[in-house]
Amino acid sequence: MTAISGWGRYPIIDTELIGPRTTEAIVRATEQGDQAVARGNGRAYGDAAVGVRQTITMTHLNRMRAFDHATGQVTVEAGVLLSDLIAAFLPRGFFPYVVPGTSFITVGGAIAADVHGKNHHGEGGFGRYVETLLLALPTGEVVRASRKDHPDLLQATIGGMGLTGSILEATIQLRRVETGWIRQRTMVANNLAAAIAALDGNESVTYSVAWIDCLAKGASLGRSLIFLGEHAASNQLDERQFANRFPLRKPPLSVPIDMPSFALNHWSVAAFNELYFRAGARKAGSSILVPAAPYFFPLDALGNWNRIYGRRGFVQHQCVLPAKNAEAALADMLGRIARRGGSSFLAVLKKLGEASGGLSFPMPGYTLALDFPIGRDLFSFLDELDVLVVKAGGRLYLAKDARQSRATFDAGYADLSGFRDVRRTIDPTGKIKSRLAARLGI
Amino acid sequence: MAEKAVLILGGTSDIARATALAFAKRDWTVRLAGRAPPELQREADDISARTGRTVTIHQFDVLATGSFAAFADALPGLPDVVISVVGLLGDQARAETDPDHASEIMRSNYEGPALILSLFAERFRARGAGAIVGISSVAGDRGRGSNYVYGSAKAGFTAFLSGLRNRLAASGVHVMTVKPGFVRTRMTEHMKLPPIITATPEEVGEAVLAGLSRHKDVIYVRPIWLLVMLIIRMIPEPVFKRLKL
Repeated sequence: MTAISGWGRYPIIDTELIGPRTTEAIVRATEQGDQAVARGNGRAYGDAAVGVRQTITMTHLNRMRAFDHATGQVTVEAGVLLSDLIAAFLPRGFFPYVVPGTSFITVGGAIAADVHGKNHHGEGGFGRYVETLLLALPTGEVVRASRKDHPDLLQATIGGMGLTGSILEATIQLRRVETGWIRQRTMVANNLAAAIAALDGNESVTYSVAWIDCLAKGASLGRSLIFLGEHAASNQLDERQFANRFPLRKPPLSVPIDMPSFALNHWSVAAFNELYFRAGARKAGSSILVPAAPYFFPLDALGNWNRIYGRRGFVQHQCVLPAKNAEAALADMLGRIARRGGSSFLAVLKKLGEASGGLSFPMPGYTLALDFPIGRDLFSFLDELDVLVVKAGGRLYLAKDARQSRATFDAGYADLSGFRDVRRTIDPTGKIKSRLAARLGI
Repeated sequence: MAEKAVLILGGTSDIARATALAFAKRDWTVRLAGRAPPELQREADDISARTGRTVTIHQFDVLATGSFAAFADALPGLPDVVISVVGLLGDQARAETDPDHASEIMRSNYEGPALILSLFAERFRARGAGAIVGISSVAGDRGRGSNYVYGSAKAGFTAFLSGLRNRLAASGVHVMTVKPGFVRTRMTEHMKLPPIITATPEEVGEAVLAGLSRHKDVIYVRPIWLLVMLIIRMIPEPVFKRLKL
């Protein structure tokens, strides 16, 4: 048995860790699964990628299979990281259509969580760009699913949290880009209403996200910096930038030790937020060019950044709220967070677009992501936030979740009949079961 | 001018893969040779997808010394660089009592690699250009009780490369010996290795390229190994034989 956890280092769970080296071995492990689930690079925050008894590590399955320069479609084994895709294809003028806040996730994990990025409002989630996938079922079969063949299986696997089988390979569509630079424009929003108005008013911009200062109260509750971005064209680069048209990142530094729990407290976070807000506000208005990696993955520059929250770990609370109820619910949530002074280091607000069904997280509205170090009354406080989320008709992101209740889950993911039908058909004896699935009765 | 080609013998190991990727990223054509074509094909597809370069695969068995000339003749041309990553750690305890296993370790680490590199060395000499790279081991620098069957074969390989280099010094053929030290690979994934002296397969690939461009004779991938092995070689035999190594 091995003790593992998600990225939040909570909860820590004993599991039998299986690390197959070949596709055939993954197929066998899935067929012989004893309450098992596939695990990518371990960046889901909670217990989504930990099996009740067994966990199948996919990271050895990290070879690329084929790339078609004419169509921009790449076929890879499921354990290939987005950072590998970027390193291989950005220099040739291609970039993944959808990237979340870290590039250190596997393609299989990105599909299983139907991850979203700063462009979800206009371009949808990772699953939209999956052309075909090769799936190992608990029956021992290997099925090629696409929009033509086994579309129901494809649909259920996108956002299916690994509960439909082990993804072996996927063919995904890449985006053609002229450069590896992003033209970024920063806007200042002095309160929540202004932040929402800024996100709404820039719907046509490819990438948008708001960083909220969670400690601001009263009239400045929800004060934010809005970061807008577009892929830069060649003719927008100066000579020096053009010479480095596809900048790639160096390997990350790492946090060498667990920071003591007191390192992140009300004062240190408040000071950081104040500095960050002022620095952002100074740059507001004009466009600047930044390399894609730090734009999309600022925290990737620091390996193991989860250690800054100390040994006890942290949880992330990410909800989505339907547009019509969002502003009131967000104001209520942010008010409580500011009153609690609960040092949420990162608070990110983002507009989401169309839902894609099943267990996939996004729905039209706004998503708020908050980090909380574990301590004090945290869990009861998060339960309070969940009540507000449910009341507004929203739900929580399963890839981030470690603690929501079944009631919260059932309310948020009300229509799972199609997903459960697929599960019953392909896994009648219940070989696949993650801790998350067991906890939430999926 | 045609792209330069590198032939990598033992093409499915982690070091072979990393070395092949390092060359392909710099626009070399890569030829992978090994025993198992399906596994070679998987590596070849990966390198080709990642880099856009041409990667070919070739059946090669390091123990089938009689087939070496035919193997070399069947290649799509004489490569510019040949790298032998072939090796077999084996099971020392078994090799102590099982002569067949001991022989397999000796032949896989010494006889086979030495003979195939020797064959290419002759063709390179006739052409007047080429580079030979042998991945040997620090285990060959001094025999130790825990792995001397492997170590002695690597010692033979190291000496062979040294002699070949000496003979070909004036011929325009570059012969380089690489001693990787500990490397984080499939072969060592269950061992606890000290991080400071443990390289990644990628470091080995980069070190081979750097060594070739600087015309190095012998390289330790992490230079600290030079010091480590210097000390280990200096321990007097009456003391050394009592150490648990």
